[in-house]
Amino acid sequence: MNSRRLTLTSPDETARLAIHIAGALRPGDCLLLEGPIGAGKSHFARSLIQHLLGYAEDVPSPTFTLVQTYDTAAGEVWHSDLYRLTALDEVEELGLTEAFDDAICLIEWPDRLAELTPAGALTLSLSPDKDTEYARHLKFSWTDARWTPLIMDLCND
Amino acid sequence: MSDVTTILGLESSCDDTAAAVVRQIGDAKPQILSSVVYGQNDLHSAYGGVVPEIAARAHAEKLDTSVIEALDEAGLTLKDIDAVAVTAGPGLIGGVMSGVMCAKGICAATGLPLVGVNHLAGHALTPRLTDGIAYPYLMLLVSGGHCQFLIARGPEDFSRLGGTIDDAPGEAFDKTARLLGLSQPGGPAVQAEAEQGDEARFRFPRPLLDRKDCNFSFSGLKTALLRMRDQVAAEKDGLTRQDRADLCAGFQAAVRDVIIAKTRRAIALYMEENPSQPTVAVAGGVAANTAIRAGLETVCAEMGCAFTAPPLRLCTDNAAMIAYAGLERYKAGARDGMDLTARPRWPLDNSRPALVGSGKKGAKA
Repeated sequence: MNSRRLTLTSPDETARLAIHIAGALRPGDCLLLEGPIGAGKSHFARSLIQHLLGYAEDVPSPTFTLVQTYDTAAGEVWHSDLYRLTALDEVEELGLTEAFDDAICLIEWPDRLAELTPAGALTLSLSPDKDTEYARHLKFSWTDARWTPLIMDLCND
Repeated sequence: MSDVTTILGLESSCDDTAAAVVRQIGDAKPQILSSVVYGQNDLHSAYGGVVPEIAARAHAEKLDTSVIEALDEAGLTLKDIDAVAVTAGPGLIGGVMSGVMCAKGICAATGLPLVGVNHLAGHALTPRLTDGIAYPYLMLLVSGGHCQFLIARGPEDFSRLGGTIDDAPGEAFDKTARLLGLSQPGGPAVQAEAEQGDEARFRFPRPLLDRKDCNFSFSGLKTALLRMRDQVAAEKDGLTRQDRADLCAGFQAAVRDVIIAKTRRAIALYMEENPSQPTVAVAGGVAANTAIRAGLETVCAEMGCAFTAPPLRLCTDNAAMIAYAGLERYKAGARDGMDLTARPRWPLDNSRPALVGSGKKGAKA
């Protein structure tokens, strides 16, 4: 498992990072967004999706509907919040296992995926900074070498 | 065609499964003959939220039972029904699809007309079902998953003045409850705490208040809450009951102030149209919050608008609102074919930019 850490000083910086990552995504890619409530998972996902859409469109929170899908030039994007899932078979019922193959997936509360977690996924763990209100610490973790150049590029900026 | 219109409505777009029968004689006040909701409100998951019904099959089974019960309760059979109205979106796709399939099945078997309904139109038209208010009226829809201002001009004619750019207020209440260890759903739990608290002790931000539009943002309140909670907890090595009540009071005051200030702006825009009977209606579970509701009543009175809020059982997800929205569409001549599709996202305001994606043109009803 590779890992790298970054500090994001503001929501705008998180959005810029999301846009940078968006440019590298293609169908079959999966981003696992970890972190407590208020860590900025949805903000990251919203910034990324709005960039891929290329025009102003609502990106509502998926907390209630569990999944929101978007047609973008880069492919179909699935934005999912699994917090409310209670059983693993619900992951398949939602169609997520198929989406892992054909779509770009952004998954909040990915611990619910357990053994269904895609092996090639990139994990982003966000945590609030203790002292600075809007700053966030971000840890990337991945095993698939596909992510290495992108993360190195981001961390060397 | 007789002067009596009777509609069977089906709703399964989120966590609940529901069926209802609504009847209107001429232009008289419509009657809800039955309204069955298989809710999930008593079932809370280990994670402190309402258990979502994800399995399409489970929705399908509950739909069958709901339809039978709704007809029985109304003392009717399918022979007495003029059309079947069904939520075709937006919502949890498995649930919406089950409802649409069930409605198509009934229509195929009986020859009854099918009318697809936007779930949000169901909420937005409810004040006409309950209070018979006239178009155009200003609608504030505030629930767990939605937050928007609409000017309703007809059963399919809505202008969105603004909405949330991130979380809905209901979601913000739920997450506040989670962060403070309170029970779900968060709305009633946070309100009960807030009533014991001092809203002036913690100063929460008022997001987007400086912008002259009718948009909301509630996501940042979570960050503020976390910060204040952790600060107090670090100083005292834990939170007292009073700390928690004060945090709830401060949070609720922020939500209330933003909703009221944006409502004032929305009313000003609405009044530019010189409505003959200026009316503001609010629907959605958040309308049950007494502090928010009292604030809305005050701002409406100040600005010369009547204020109405349907009873809570008709503000939360139900099928009577779908039957009624279907009734308005049906009376206006709308019919859908067997090609009616379930749509996970479906904005109410058709004048807004269409969703144009790869190979798909903007989908319109």
